[in-house]
Amino acid sequence: MKAFAQLFLSLDETNKTNEKVRILKDYFLSVPDTDKMHMLALFTGRRPKRPINATLVRTWAMEMAHIPVWLFEESYHVVGDLAETITLLLPKSTASSNKTLTEWIAEINGIATQAEEERKQWLLSSWGMLDTQERFVFNKLLTGGFRIGVSQNLVVKALADISGLDQATITHRIMGNWSPEDYQFADLMAAEGLSDDISRPYPFFLAYPIQETSEKQKTSGELQIALGDAAEWQAEWKWDGIRAQLINREGKIFIWSRGEDLATDKFPELHPFLETLPNGTVLDGEILSFKDNRPMPFNVLQTRIGRKNLSKKILEESPVALIAYDCLEYNGEDIRHKTQSERRLMLEQLRTATPFPDIFRISALINFETWDELAEIRGQSRSMIAEGIMLKRKSATYQVGRRRGDWWKWKIDPLSVDAVMIYAQKGHGRRADLYTDYTFGVWHGDKLVPFAKAYSGLTDEEIRKVDNFVKRNTLEKFGPVRTVKPELVFEIGFEGINYSSRHKSGVALRFPRILRWRTDKPMEEADTLETLKALL
Amino acid sequence: MSKKPLLEFTDRGIYCPIGRFYIDPWLPVDNAVITHAHSDHARIGHKRYLAHQYSEQVLRYRLGEIQLQTVAYGETVMKNGVQISLHPAGHVIGSAQIRVCYKDEVWVVSGDYKVEDDGISTPFEPVRCHHFISECTFGMPVYKWKPQAETFAEINSWWRHNVENNLATVIVGYSLGKAQRILQNLDLSIGKVYTHGVIENTNDALRRNGITLNPTHRITADVPKEDIRKGIVIAPPSAVGSPWMRRFNPYDFGYCSGWMSIRGAKRRRAADRGFVLSDHADWDDLISAIDATGCEKVYLTHGYTASFARYLNEIGFDAHEVHTLYGGDELTEADEEAPAPTQPPPGGEALLSDGESKVLPTGEDLGGATI
Repeated sequence: MKAFAQLFLSLDETNKTNEKVRILKDYFLSVPDTDKMHMLALFTGRRPKRPINATLVRTWAMEMAHIPVWLFEESYHVVGDLAETITLLLPKSTASSNKTLTEWIAEINGIATQAEEERKQWLLSSWGMLDTQERFVFNKLLTGGFRIGVSQNLVVKALADISGLDQATITHRIMGNWSPEDYQFADLMAAEGLSDDISRPYPFFLAYPIQETSEKQKTSGELQIALGDAAEWQAEWKWDGIRAQLINREGKIFIWSRGEDLATDKFPELHPFLETLPNGTVLDGEILSFKDNRPMPFNVLQTRIGRKNLSKKILEESPVALIAYDCLEYNGEDIRHKTQSERRLMLEQLRTATPFPDIFRISALINFETWDELAEIRGQSRSMIAEGIMLKRKSATYQVGRRRGDWWKWKIDPLSVDAVMIYAQKGHGRRADLYTDYTFGVWHGDKLVPFAKAYSGLTDEEIRKVDNFVKRNTLEKFGPVRTVKPELVFEIGFEGINYSSRHKSGVALRFPRILRWRTDKPMEEADTLETLKALL
Repeated sequence: MSKKPLLEFTDRGIYCPIGRFYIDPWLPVDNAVITHAHSDHARIGHKRYLAHQYSEQVLRYRLGEIQLQTVAYGETVMKNGVQISLHPAGHVIGSAQIRVCYKDEVWVVSGDYKVEDDGISTPFEPVRCHHFISECTFGMPVYKWKPQAETFAEINSWWRHNVENNLATVIVGYSLGKAQRILQNLDLSIGKVYTHGVIENTNDALRRNGITLNPTHRITADVPKEDIRKGIVIAPPSAVGSPWMRRFNPYDFGYCSGWMSIRGAKRRRAADRGFVLSDHADWDDLISAIDATGCEKVYLTHGYTASFARYLNEIGFDAHEVHTLYGGDELTEADEEAPAPTQPPPGGEALLSDGESKVLPTGEDLGGATI
């Protein structure tokens, strides 16, 4: 654990990419193989199951630190991270421990089944033998959210440097359904990859935006310069659902969401078509709710995500289908190196053969001759229930991760209203102890009705100013939330708006964020609920 | 019959109606007693100043022509029958707690303070009193400092490592206090110490005051980059990200502040290294310092006043929040680099604040109750 804690500390101590890769390599070269795999699991979001729920961890930490509940809560709002709060509050440790990361994780997994009193004794004695930095990573293991200032790309780069394998291969090998207990470091590093995991998905190819903000609209001339001839590109609608990879290998089916979650059971409607695909097929596409041959807005799909049990009612109200974008594996062969156009043909062949054309749909190609024409078509996105347009170079291979060059997304401009900030709450992580999470209201008669929360969109400098305003203009406090004197006006952008019975305002927004601070607008000139509802 | 308190909290600052003087007022007054030379405590525009003798040259450098009387620690000055004396606060060189005594009633205003001996400021001494007016910048239990020897061991080994790797080393701390504390605790066997002009001006003022500091070299256009790379640069917070700093490239920069004990605050600063080094008392030291005064009542002026007051009340103190303008007024866009004005500048722009407060707004609960 000392080496792992030091790794964490060292990574925190530099902002330089090369330095981070060097630190990761040093770690890989100095710890036992089992520790390497555990580290890799943690850095790719594969955390051990929580052995003790967060409430008990908090309670026992408060006991050990002799701190009342309210002070613990306020400390947490100052620090913005539970594991770190506990670390800072606990008294200095009195012993030390040389257990490895592997040994600690085995203990964590083992303690989960013990009685509460034993878990408590184990936790208190564990805290007692770990130094500050070790405690921090230990608490992270226990409480979840293992986010660190290192992208998976850097970890992959370090492994690629060590093994001599290319980064795409490593990225592929650490995807899917593996656990550090049964995946060997030697297998990960082997020259010839083992293809024993039939569920393993490919890394997704992701696009960057071609147009950064709605204020800077791309002209057709700019597109011509950036992308070249329109004839070299295929265009599709950018659908707003759940990006997924669907696999049929050896008669077994798997559905992976982009967050690398195995979601096969969440979409039973897709199973029949998936089962009829030829052995050795992998599709990339978007899962959406469909009714009467039309995609439904994302919030309809949202009602069934996260449900443990899919009731008959939900399946009827929000039936899903797939809009396929791409084919990555055909007849058991990885075809990612083929061109977009070649893969498209294979995808179309699969589609033609399916007995389930309403479920296995295909993303239609948009006919266009010039960039001007496409810009005009883009204006119809909202009526298509699409988020905009995807551009794919006809000669593009299917690449790994977010890459510039061959795939671009060209989203429609967000909808927007001017709203007044009415509540504020402190943020987390690097926004700890700053008021960064705001609730906004629009006018309904002479009252401001809350309709959206937004966390992003301001610069650090603006955040400092708003934070200062909040501290000086607090009307009431409800736990961590402060009611703020209504005064500051912001332009709030969002991708979509729908009726909602769960919200006071009667509407729910998709991806609300702050577009800019309207220091030029008095709050009386903010928009009304009627204006907002007119966008429905 | 209730008697008037010896000190009152007014919209100009802490006021003694019998003695007719203010302590660290933020609006112009006739008589100002100053705890220390940081800009949120020592402001421009008062008719007469009273401060510790070690603050003299820094105050004159920062405030220009002022009418200033100085005293030593423990020396008593009478004002309209009220005894005033200054006692070490340990915050920066020349910082003082102000003891005010009238007819056996004693009040103490802490200004800013720390309990640990930093090796350059006269160490904090608790003063018995009936009423204690205390800061609580770091009045949350997550703030606990380790001994400075440990932090300086980290700083020196980081510096040595940078020199070995041919990287320039820039260490950031505010110009009065932190800069000298760093200077006096660096391991000078590693290399020379170079300073930003703002810091060197403060060093010069302190040297004029008879204070002995380790040797420093002011950075000018003539100093070769290669020399600087073998040494260490002490820079003020305002230099971070400036062209002045970029010319040391490639460099590693470390930030010294109490806020660095929180990972989020450190990441926000985007410093290569964050060193936990504060000139304010931590949680445990605040409580023990308040306890040591034996006071009947404690008033909390700036920092986490609401939470800290609540906790003190729970453990048996009679604690109250007070609304003041100490602790860095973010809205004034304070900048340490402003030159020493000789004329009062327009509209409060020179209300400089100490750099530590600039890392984070410290004014949690600035809207707290006034008594």
